[in-house]
Amino acid sequence: MEGPGALEIARNVVSLARRAGAEQCDAVVSMYTESNVTVRLGELEKLIEAGSMSLGLRVISKGRTAVCSTSDLSPASLEQFVRDAVDLASISEPDEFAGLPSPAELSNVTNADGLGLYDEQIESLSTERKVAMARACEGAAFAFDKRINNSDGASLSTRVGQFALANSLGFEGSYPSTSISLMVEAIADDEEGKKRNGYWYSAERALHRLLDPEEVGRVAARRTVDQIGARKMPTRQVPVVFEPMMTVALAGDLVGCVSGSALYRGATFLADRLGDTIGSPLVTIVDDPRLAGRLGARPFDGEGVTTRRNDIIREGQFSTFLFDCYTARRTKNSTTGSAQRGIETLPAPGVSTMVFEAGADTPEAVVAGVSEGFYVTSLMGNGFNPTTGDYSRGAAGFWIENGRLAFPVTEVNISGQMEAMLRDVDMVANDLTWFGSSAAPTIRVKSMTVAGT
Amino acid sequence: MTNPGAASLEFFASRYNIDSVAMSSLLSIALSRGGDFAELFFEHRTNSAIQWEDQRVKSASRNVAQGVGIRVVKGDAIGYAYTESLEMEAMRRAAETASRIGTADERPVPVDATPMLQAGSFYSTTDPLTDEPAARKVALMERADRAARGYDPSIARLDASIGDELKYVMVARSDGKVVGDIQPLIRFNVSALSQNGQSRQVARTGGGGRLGIEYFDRVTPEELAREAARQAVLQQGAIEAPAGTLPVVLAAGDSGVLLHEAVGHGLEADFNRKGTSNYSGRVGQPVASPLVTVVDDGTIADSRGSINVDDEGNPATRNVLIEGGTLRGYLHDEVSARHFGVTPSGSGRRQTFKDYIMPRMTNTFMLPGQSTPDEIIRGVDRGIYAVSYSGGQVNISNGDFVFSVTEAYLIEGGKVTAPLKNVMLIGNGPEVLSRVTAVGNDYQLSDGRWTCGKDGQSVPVGVGMPTVLVSGITVGGTKV
Repeated sequence: MEGPGALEIARNVVSLARRAGAEQCDAVVSMYTESNVTVRLGELEKLIEAGSMSLGLRVISKGRTAVCSTSDLSPASLEQFVRDAVDLASISEPDEFAGLPSPAELSNVTNADGLGLYDEQIESLSTERKVAMARACEGAAFAFDKRINNSDGASLSTRVGQFALANSLGFEGSYPSTSISLMVEAIADDEEGKKRNGYWYSAERALHRLLDPEEVGRVAARRTVDQIGARKMPTRQVPVVFEPMMTVALAGDLVGCVSGSALYRGATFLADRLGDTIGSPLVTIVDDPRLAGRLGARPFDGEGVTTRRNDIIREGQFSTFLFDCYTARRTKNSTTGSAQRGIETLPAPGVSTMVFEAGADTPEAVVAGVSEGFYVTSLMGNGFNPTTGDYSRGAAGFWIENGRLAFPVTEVNISGQMEAMLRDVDMVANDLTWFGSSAAPTIRVKSMTVAGT
Repeated sequence: MTNPGAASLEFFASRYNIDSVAMSSLLSIALSRGGDFAELFFEHRTNSAIQWEDQRVKSASRNVAQGVGIRVVKGDAIGYAYTESLEMEAMRRAAETASRIGTADERPVPVDATPMLQAGSFYSTTDPLTDEPAARKVALMERADRAARGYDPSIARLDASIGDELKYVMVARSDGKVVGDIQPLIRFNVSALSQNGQSRQVARTGGGGRLGIEYFDRVTPEELAREAARQAVLQQGAIEAPAGTLPVVLAAGDSGVLLHEAVGHGLEADFNRKGTSNYSGRVGQPVASPLVTVVDDGTIADSRGSINVDDEGNPATRNVLIEGGTLRGYLHDEVSARHFGVTPSGSGRRQTFKDYIMPRMTNTFMLPGQSTPDEIIRGVDRGIYAVSYSGGQVNISNGDFVFSVTEAYLIEGGKVTAPLKNVMLIGNGPEVLSRVTAVGNDYQLSDGRWTCGKDGQSVPVGVGMPTVLVSGITVGGTKV
């Protein structure tokens, strides 16, 4: 990339803001190049290449907070930009909890060495190679089964970025990172012309970790043909098995309830439950941004605080909320190094790299113990209420009969209450699978309402 | 009032020296490798927001983004590049990158870009909220706070935000057409927490549109805040919903989101060009009950989904998608319109200059019918009355959908009775539209709070609906 580096810009903006009257401030800079190739029916359909840079500045003066962002990084514009940000803070009212981390909380590590966030092979990947990978992926989907008669295309995306954070306490950190993802959706016609579709993807930081493109295509195709002949089911109460991708979705709904923001707003059913047993002993969910090579991993958080592994639920016991500095001060806690930071928004606590830890059983054994039940492979809609824990989502998958997947099922709804569901987890398999920045195994919930006809 | 198109062109010319000569030269580069069609999309966007929490202003924000997206179309294939720098050199490089979707040897293609003016405007840009003093905006949130707390003693928190966007866009196309627009957008959000001991309920609502502070002459902050408070308190007394297939009465207004998801997306022509929609190849065929007429209209005054011109420079229009149950047509962008050999419907939209264009909805609604809402409810012996929604999702390929209903009631013996919690509606778009057995005469456009997501891109939309009876939808309740 040309011009000044990300860290240099961040450092410069912090010093400009200090001179313009900011008592405390921090600046984040994101620079990246991205590419996307999409191949559909074997032909190149879309080719995107571009580079981007943007800057976000948070100003806190006498407890008054403002956040501003711009993509115009010319020196003349920056002077005006920081003055506007300092002025804007005066609109806010003083908040005793606003402020940067204490100097002791700031990370001593200011790069990502050893975390494996960058793969030089991503940068040197040629357009021809990307097209070939996407083509191989889609081709494998068509070759898998002759009933696959259409595709929404195979899409390969890459991103090479540099992130920098500087603050008025002297913290200066930056690191490069890469990501690559490949996705395909295969389509088949069912009886009466109803279309069935399934997708699969792989998303990683390094090229060598990306799933074989042909394997991505085959899995998508298998998921599509598996749904041919899917039926609706009468309403009943049965055990529900979540395949790993669905366990990730379930755990994702849950971790939205453990943020310090939800805590102080009273918007989580876990507000008064810290230390309580809320799940079966088989349930352990951690947020571990120190997992080398994983998406979501990072050396310091969006405020410059050292990241660490946080055990959210350990063997069923609710062990910690996730905090940034603001929500920690507000609730008389300490930051857990969980500040997420967009360019345009204030820091807020959230999960980075989430793992629902694996158990001992094989996924086959989890299904084998079910005489009648539902195996979920797809969830739809946002029917989870974090304030009450009420869980209700549209679903598709398979009906389980006598310990085997018997036939595909669609247009049903599964519902329960999150805490009851966690307590009802009676089997956790050993098939931990990664999906981008999250991983989970197959799990079974003893009883849920499956609503249908 | 100044013409927003002319004003936007003047904005880019005076601020960045982007004139006809510059645009012609960039388009010429973009087409130099054999592309069929090219366009430049210039954007300058300012977003401001003020957050209200704990009866005070928590923070203020202001975000400015600018850039140009350059697209080259070759058959059904697209080359795309963007840059945030509006310096000529950076834009030239982006044009070259985008040109590479064509494979021909390089040769200059002359383009003569000519500014054009569209007539009038569907929204007022005289007083964008961006320019209002902060104190006026803060006062609106103070009013909301007082109203929510005054509504019920259980209201323990009121979070609010007021946000506005002012977007200058300019589109220059290789057929020579250059058009601009200035698009204002405001949004007022409230979230109320009702707390009775350990029992907490949060409800959210909001409103807005493509207008300025005069929005609050039509809808007051008090009304919005009391609505959020009412829903939160109502949920405290809500009972478990039945599970199974039941008749559902969709209330006027917000229920339009169901139409948007279950039907609208399947009528976006990119899916039909690819044959991946359940509506592919079915123009002229019956796809819904004869009571159903569905329209997408980007020209409704001040509505959140309206646009003077789309992001490809085509004027917004009113498109009848389904008429008396028969499929009439799709929503088109340039690529799909070329493919189908029809006129673009003014539906080419993108979230920002960084994103690619797709056919998208604007304001989508069902036209009113003959029945009164009372008649419709009286005719239901046991069913669900669905009023407000937090969102929905559809599988475009087969029309399967799911909706979360945040305000719903049981209907018993023709009367609306107990409020229900945790209601989900699960079904299939075409099937549900074929089961519409009554359409009310009480059409309502929902207040501007909906945002549509497609392929990771969000655009503001409007939805609308009269009261409608569907003879059966799967209700995902907890009570067996």
